[in-house]
Amino acid sequence: MPGKRNKELNNEQLGYLKFSGKLEPKRKIFSNCIKAFITGGTICVIGQLVQVFFKTYFDFDEITAGNPTIAVLIIIAVILTGLGIYDHIAQWAGAGTAVPITGFANTIASASIEHRSEGYVLGVGANMFKLAGPVIAFGVFSAFVVAFVKIVLKELGVI
Amino acid sequence: MDKIIWAFLIGGAICVIGQILMDGFKLTPAHTMTALVVAGAILGGFDLYEPIVKFAGAGATIPISSFGNSLVKGALAEAEKTGIIGVLTGIFEVTSAGISAAIIFGFIAAIVFKPHG
Repeated sequence: MPGKRNKELNNEQLGYLKFSGKLEPKRKIFSNCIKAFITGGTICVIGQLVQVFFKTYFDFDEITAGNPTIAVLIIIAVILTGLGIYDHIAQWAGAGTAVPITGFANTIASASIEHRSEGYVLGVGANMFKLAGPVIAFGVFSAFVVAFVKIVLKELGVI
Repeated sequence: MDKIIWAFLIGGAICVIGQILMDGFKLTPAHTMTALVVAGAILGGFDLYEPIVKFAGAGATIPISSFGNSLVKGALAEAEKTGIIGVLTGIFEVTSAGISAAIIFGFIAAIVFKPHG
């Protein structure tokens, strides 16, 4: 990938970069986006149906039905990951399966299953958050900053 | 019925944003998810995420961006009750179900399933 380090490269290396860039398959952004749209939308529709189910047959309201819905989708994603089906769908769908919460569950489940041979503590326990860890770390830190700033602004009477 | 269509459109649209980040800006899936979570947290801070949830339902709560929004929401709600320390105690309040479910079932999966080639 051409970057800022190009200045340090000699002519031969630059020539190679150009050559390899030409051979690299073009990413089909448009068709990938449509695939992501269809699968992502479908997963959200399934979520919406589960949410309606919880609202109709159990004692949940619009907001509290969100938690069991997410749990159900996570269970489905983990089972599909264990059976090896989720990865097949993900290959076709790209971000369509990575962005919904099912993708988050998939990263945890697949990392756990993959590292099981290294033992439960150092394998499963230590690697479970290999891919999901950044999401939680950045999520919590940014949420902390946003909440803190908002509270300070409120105290100061700005908002 | 309306909500199901909106869930499809908004949920799909958020995934398209993710796909553009991955293909257009050549980010890894981890970077994409992280970017969406941070975006969700910032939108949550400006009270812009809840309106999307109101009309798109699961279309906004299922994508990972809602994780960021929920973190902010939990922190702010608890801070309202107990003061500034509530930011620390409340941050996982709303997202607890998602994180615990993922850990618990991920662990069970590691016990039950064998790795696929």
